[in-house]
Amino acid sequence: MSRLSPVMITALVFVAGFAICSLQFPNFASTRVVANLLTDNAFLGIVAIGMTFVIISGGIDLSVGSVIGFTTVFVALSIERLGLPPLLAFAILLVLCAAFGAAMGAVIHFFDMPPFIVTLAGMFVARGTSFLMSTESTPITAPLYTAVSDFGIALPGGGRLTAIALIMLAVVAAGSVLLHFTRFGANVFAMGGNRSATALMGVAIGSMTVRIYMLSSVLAGIAGIVFSFYTAAGYSLSAVGVELDTIAAVVIGGTLLSGGQGSAIGTFLGVLIQGLIQSYINFDGTLSSWWTKIATGILLFAFIALQQAMVRLAGRSRTIRAGEVKA
Amino acid sequence: MAFQLPRRGLAQILALIVILLIDRMVSSQFFDLRLQDGRLFGSLIDVFNRGAPVALLALGMVLVIATRGIDLSVGAVMAISGAIAASLADSHAWPVAVAVALGAGLLCGLWNGFLVAVLGIQPIVATLILMVAGRGVAQLITEGRIVTFTSPDLAWFGTGSALGIPAPVLIVAGTLLVTGLVVRGSALGLLIEAAGGNARASELSGVGIRLMIVAVYVWCSLCAALAGVIAAADIMGADANNAGLWLELDAILAVVIGGTSLFGGRFSLILAVCGALIIQAMNTGILLSGYPPEFNLVVKAAVVLVVLLLQSPRLSGLVANFRKARA
Repeated sequence: MSRLSPVMITALVFVAGFAICSLQFPNFASTRVVANLLTDNAFLGIVAIGMTFVIISGGIDLSVGSVIGFTTVFVALSIERLGLPPLLAFAILLVLCAAFGAAMGAVIHFFDMPPFIVTLAGMFVARGTSFLMSTESTPITAPLYTAVSDFGIALPGGGRLTAIALIMLAVVAAGSVLLHFTRFGANVFAMGGNRSATALMGVAIGSMTVRIYMLSSVLAGIAGIVFSFYTAAGYSLSAVGVELDTIAAVVIGGTLLSGGQGSAIGTFLGVLIQGLIQSYINFDGTLSSWWTKIATGILLFAFIALQQAMVRLAGRSRTIRAGEVKA
Repeated sequence: MAFQLPRRGLAQILALIVILLIDRMVSSQFFDLRLQDGRLFGSLIDVFNRGAPVALLALGMVLVIATRGIDLSVGAVMAISGAIAASLADSHAWPVAVAVALGAGLLCGLWNGFLVAVLGIQPIVATLILMVAGRGVAQLITEGRIVTFTSPDLAWFGTGSALGIPAPVLIVAGTLLVTGLVVRGSALGLLIEAAGGNARASELSGVGIRLMIVAVYVWCSLCAALAGVIAAADIMGADANNAGLWLELDAILAVVIGGTSLFGGRFSLILAVCGALIIQAMNTGILLSGYPPEFNLVVKAAVVLVVLLLQSPRLSGLVANFRKARA
């Protein structure tokens, strides 16, 4: 119950938000809007699932936005300039991402350094490398890209469930199973709850840390591929600041930023809530885009304050550890 | 004894000198100074001048980090204060514009301090809220436009000079002096270090932790607001989208390069400023050398990693063991 109740609140917020939008705009409650919500936020949903694992384990990964940017450039250049088949380019890319994540995890574990600063360095590395590869936007014209963007399952009511939305739903489903029904997932929760106790129980913390950051980087790579499907281009400045949106979605989804609690489905709802705010602003037409940021900030505050209250109610008599950085 | 150079600062100062010498090799006129219109010009002056905003941010950030905290919102606070100063500059006298901008910084700091010290939210999460929402607020103030002004009084903060020294450099020197006198001229600095080392122990020994934490966040935001005024004055306008973007990361980097641990405890103001100058000297050097500026990020990442490895408790433990074994 304690694990599910934050998710229930997120779900209620989403339903209430959707109801408000539907009352205000008659055309809102349609499969078309819902399908667009899924398509437009597909890459965010994928990367947020990876971030959920990292945050539940008590870490943070600031490099994901840059990894998405790197991915789009790498994929575009290897398909368009080197003439690699897209699937081979994807495979090479995911191996690179896995190595990148593993390296960050290894540095975090073996040198006992805060994930915040290590992944910050990772963010610089990934963004800088993509700048060095190309600073221009490279369009991708491979047949696979046309095929993917043409693909869609027609829904009653005019909506179209696109391929990238399906990829996102698959990642959410797989992520939920991995997080909630496997030993790996249980270890992730245990690490975030109490690292030393988990180590004493015989969990190999080092290999877990490496694997968690590897998972996050690989999912960021997949998100980057989806992003390149979405925009049909590779650009080194794409997805700047996505790490913030991702962290916000995870927190709104009810995952405790100090680790140990959270769920994949909550994160999915958190992503949809952010998309909902964006759609509301688009539908309204008179509101300016900066209201998205302000509304997200207010929601973030509401959820964090709520978490704080619930943690206190749960009777964990924590005295205030003045200004503690999550290590 | 406010500005006694600690022995541990030797590495940073040597690093700065080495980087400046490398810059000199890259550009033969690097150390040339000339006096024009009563103001000194030259690449060396430029390093100090351009480094001023990050140096100001670092001055506030170092105190926050010393309490085991972190402030991600400084870039957003810069954007807010810059937006306010630029919007008021032509309709009001400059003291009003600057005072309102700094007042906004004060409010931001109180908000962060309230979340961290009173609600007990982790600093990285608490300041994330303002980092997300703050830029939206800044865009709200400028209504999404780039606000420009013509008031020469406010422009002095960015481009003016006194006694031949550029105004931003003077402002940094003044802030360093004031901060140094307040925290090192009294026991405050010691208490901040104590809170960062062990918050509970210092609370039990009677230190008013909460008030001190709030004060530290307020000071950090005030420094950020001042940096925002300088940045706006420099270009005689405010761009809410880009002012101070990612500077929070540079500020944290400067503090870390300056040898203050992210785990709190001992800090050095002057070395944090030195860290900011090292970053700027690198940036200037890369620009002068004709390498693409994109190279910056990769170099920065390498520097972060090296500095972190040197700071890593694990590594210093290994070195200590090695020395012990030899002795």
